Amino acid sequence: MSYLIGENLTGGYGGMDILNDLTISVDKGEIAVIVGPNGAGKSTAMKALLGMLDLREGQVLLDGKDITNLTPQARVGEGIAFVPQTHNVFTSMTVQENLEMGAFLRRDDIFETMEQIYELFPILKEKRKQAAGELSGGQRQQVAVGRAMMTRPSVLMLDEPTAGVSPIVMDELFDRIIEVKNTGVAVLMVEQNARQALDIADRGYVLVTGRNRFTDTGAALLADPEVRKSFLGG
Amino acid sequence: MPETIEMLNALTLFSNFVLIPGLAYGSQLALGALGVTLVFGILRFANFAHGDLMAFGTMVTILMTWWLQSLGVSISPLPTALIALPIGIIVTALFAVATDKAVFSFYRLKKSPPVILTIASIGVMFMMNAIVRFIIGPNDQRFYDGEKFLMKAREFKQLTGLDEGLSIRYTQVLTVVVALVVVIALFWFLQRSRTGKAMRAFSDNEDLALLSGINPDRVVLITWIIAAALATIAGVLYGMDKSFKPFTYFQLLLPIFAAAIVGGIGHPVGAVVGGYVVAFSEVMVTYAYKKVFVYVLPEDWQPEGLSQLLSTDYKFAVSFIILVVVLLIKPTGLFKGKVIK
Amino acid sequence: MSKFRAPLVFLIMAGMLVFVGVYQSWSVSLSILGMCLISAVMALGVNIQWGYAGLFNAGVMGFTAIGGVAAVLVSYPPVKEAWSAGGGGIGISLLIMLVMSAIIYFSLKLLPKGKLRGLLIFIVLLLGLYVARQFFYPAVSSIESVDSAVSGFLGGMGLPILFSWIVGGVLAAAVAWAIGKVALGLRSDYLAIATLGISEIVIAVIKNEDWLTRGVKNVTGLKRPVPLEAELQQEEWFISLVSRFNESKLAAISDADAKAEMLRSLVIEGSGIFVKLCYAGLFAVVLLIVLALSIRALNSPWGRMMRAIRDNDEAASAMGKDIKKRHLQVFILGSAVIGIAGAMLTTLDGQLTPTSYQPLRFTFLVWVMVIVGGSGNNLGAVFGGFLIWFMWIEAEPIAIVLMSFVTSGMAETSALKSHLIESAPHLRLFLMGLLLLFVLRFSPKGILPEKVRHS
Repeated sequence: MSYLIGENLTGGYGGMDILNDLTISVDKGEIAVIVGPNGAGKSTAMKALLGMLDLREGQVLLDGKDITNLTPQARVGEGIAFVPQTHNVFTSMTVQENLEMGAFLRRDDIFETMEQIYELFPILKEKRKQAAGELSGGQRQQVAVGRAMMTRPSVLMLDEPTAGVSPIVMDELFDRIIEVKNTGVAVLMVEQNARQALDIADRGYVLVTGRNRFTDTGAALLADPEVRKSFLGG
Repeated sequence: MPETIEMLNALTLFSNFVLIPGLAYGSQLALGALGVTLVFGILRFANFAHGDLMAFGTMVTILMTWWLQSLGVSISPLPTALIALPIGIIVTALFAVATDKAVFSFYRLKKSPPVILTIASIGVMFMMNAIVRFIIGPNDQRFYDGEKFLMKAREFKQLTGLDEGLSIRYTQVLTVVVALVVVIALFWFLQRSRTGKAMRAFSDNEDLALLSGINPDRVVLITWIIAAALATIAGVLYGMDKSFKPFTYFQLLLPIFAAAIVGGIGHPVGAVVGGYVVAFSEVMVTYAYKKVFVYVLPEDWQPEGLSQLLSTDYKFAVSFIILVVVLLIKPTGLFKGKVIK
Repeated sequence: MSKFRAPLVFLIMAGMLVFVGVYQSWSVSLSILGMCLISAVMALGVNIQWGYAGLFNAGVMGFTAIGGVAAVLVSYPPVKEAWSAGGGGIGISLLIMLVMSAIIYFSLKLLPKGKLRGLLIFIVLLLGLYVARQFFYPAVSSIESVDSAVSGFLGGMGLPILFSWIVGGVLAAAVAWAIGKVALGLRSDYLAIATLGISEIVIAVIKNEDWLTRGVKNVTGLKRPVPLEAELQQEEWFISLVSRFNESKLAAISDADAKAEMLRSLVIEGSGIFVKLCYAGLFAVVLLIVLALSIRALNSPWGRMMRAIRDNDEAASAMGKDIKKRHLQVFILGSAVIGIAGAMLTTLDGQLTPTSYQPLRFTFLVWVMVIVGGSGNNLGAVFGGFLIWFMWIEAEPIAIVLMSFVTSGMAETSALKSHLIESAPHLRLFLMGLLLLFVLRFSPKGILPEKVRHS
């Protein structure tokens, strides 16, 4: 059984179902990627796992434990970290303070974790006294991921981490995300850049109108001619 | 050298009527503006009841002072109000937190638009105003019982041999010293402490702060406590320096808002700078420079009139003019405050 | 239910006024009614801005005062000596300011943006102000020295004061145009602070520009649109009217002297009531006209558009609505209505007392009226004006009675008792706040809520 599972998720906002019997799971040391056309419910699926959506049916399990009824904050406490697509750093605070805020719930020494993150994102160490708002887009995304990592999460969720960054920065970010995965974290991403994302994915979910359309390994999806034709532009 | 003496006389005159009063008034405004700006930054609404919160805190402190005086407690040459102040702060903080629980928290949970909270604060303003007037009455109260002058004009003249005197009142020194200590403590708290950083994070990006596990109720609670403390200190300092009258405190709301906005609302450093900007503009624009010019300018150059830019009656209007000008030219204030949505 | 709600609450309101008339006195009741009517007009003005368009105008006091100034400028006879002493100087300085403004306006329009333009404008501004001052201050001091105990200002145009109600509206509209040009577009609570500040500036000007408004020396003895009580008491037709009204009462008295005495006191009492009724009638006419126009406007395509902008400005602007222009329109209209009410108020008082303009009474109380009455609903605003003014006045005696009751157990000499009774009137502020918070919390749409429309 996978580490994080969202099973038969059905629900939406104000009585309108956006998700229909959707199932998504990810294991530790794995990258799972959710792709699909606009309006397929990709971000909504992630919100459902975070507890930011009213579910009519289905359940969310973390390490076998039912967390369906926990608030988003409580899920953070359980080890799920989330990087929103926008507004994902404290712009007026320094890089280091951003990381400290990520570790707000922790009462133990966070120095070691911070060093690990500086190792993972060397540029952040260099700029640690600078306000996050002054950094470039790619650097900001690193701060955002770093902040989320400060809780030492078992699950890291990223909502379109490469939106609006250049292809070079995107490659670098994906490299970093692979490194995060290698530390034994379960990584779940929503991505617009489907091809590149599936390239690094252990699992891929192709969503259409809130339903599972294709589910397979990233490589298999990339090889599937139907997926290529319909979702990857040939 | 007569030249130097003339310049020194001019400088003394300027210090006596502009610099020192401006510094004291600016410190009082800065503390008030800090409270407004914190509430705006974290609770995201313009609190119209802040002037009356100041009046409430001052009233409690005055009542405590009277009680202490009746017991014969005194720390002369310092004013008794200084011992009463902590109790004033505690009572006011409890009052502010209770107000939040009774009024503001409801709209916060409902995620009402900020303007609804501002309207609610008008209701709170009415009620606080009534409570203060009901308990202590609408009239002037003087409660400063400390030593009056650190330096009298006459003493200064004797000391320096200048024609112009410089008088420094204890309340002015006290105001500046207390304000300095409070501002340093507050900035240390916001920059260095865990809770202070959490407050800044909450002000910067509420959603992300929640995702980081910051407890919003705690942040709001601390914010009210600090705002109440700042309001009480500002109110007591103002009351000792001038006098306490509920209506004056209600009116102080306007220069305080001006200070907070001029500095960039939501921005603590901006609030302090804004306080001094507003205070000095008020004092400088309405000061008659005639006597200063007598010392520094050659006789033929001397102006005929009082050389006053605006009549003293416009004193209060000056802060609004600054406010309006800043809102028009640079709505985010001198320091970049909250983005106006 | 909802259909009868408005008639029902107005009926209750009328009942309360009658109650005061019977048990307190008709004079008090009619005084309250007059102010209720004016308050209702003010509330309509605020409702146009807040209820229709969501604009937070905290400068109600300023527009009220502008209306008051209009009453003086229209009705007060011109002070000839003052005009000949300083009218020219004032005129020249105003002309200079006008030329200066024109130069600045055209250089902003015609010249390219840059340092040079900024410098030019700065120099023109400085020079213009300097030159204008040379004419302005001597003129002001000569005007203010003209018979300063009774006048010392330019006076007005000596026209019937009823004209000032229109002029007050127009003046307020003009000022609103200037304010709106600069301040609209700010976030709502910033707009509130900006307008609050501007209204204080308006009051500061009125208090200090003695040559125009006599400042804090007040202008008293304004002309009245209704007869004077003393004159009325001499009028043949009025005396006969009073005796006809009180026929049975007078018939019961047999002694002729006592009868005449009775009639005289009835005439004196009646004259006060008659005058108040005249005022109430005039105010009611204005209120009905403004109300009818407001209701029409709200139901017109223009009103629909305003509400669309209020409820979703992004969508409205995406549909190509010019929000800023609409907001300016509505701000001007609402302010004009407040200006009319301000002129009516000064007419009723018969004097302009700048120190009486305080934000709590003239800005925030009107806001309580609108919120409690029902923002977005014109009838609601009117009702709010009535109810809140009624409570504002009646809360005082009620609070005193209440306090006397609460303290009835205490000793007569108790300091606390006398303090409590003395302070009781301040409780009306408390009541206003409580009422506002209560309505905002439990019935946020007010007592008469805006009708939900399906378009």
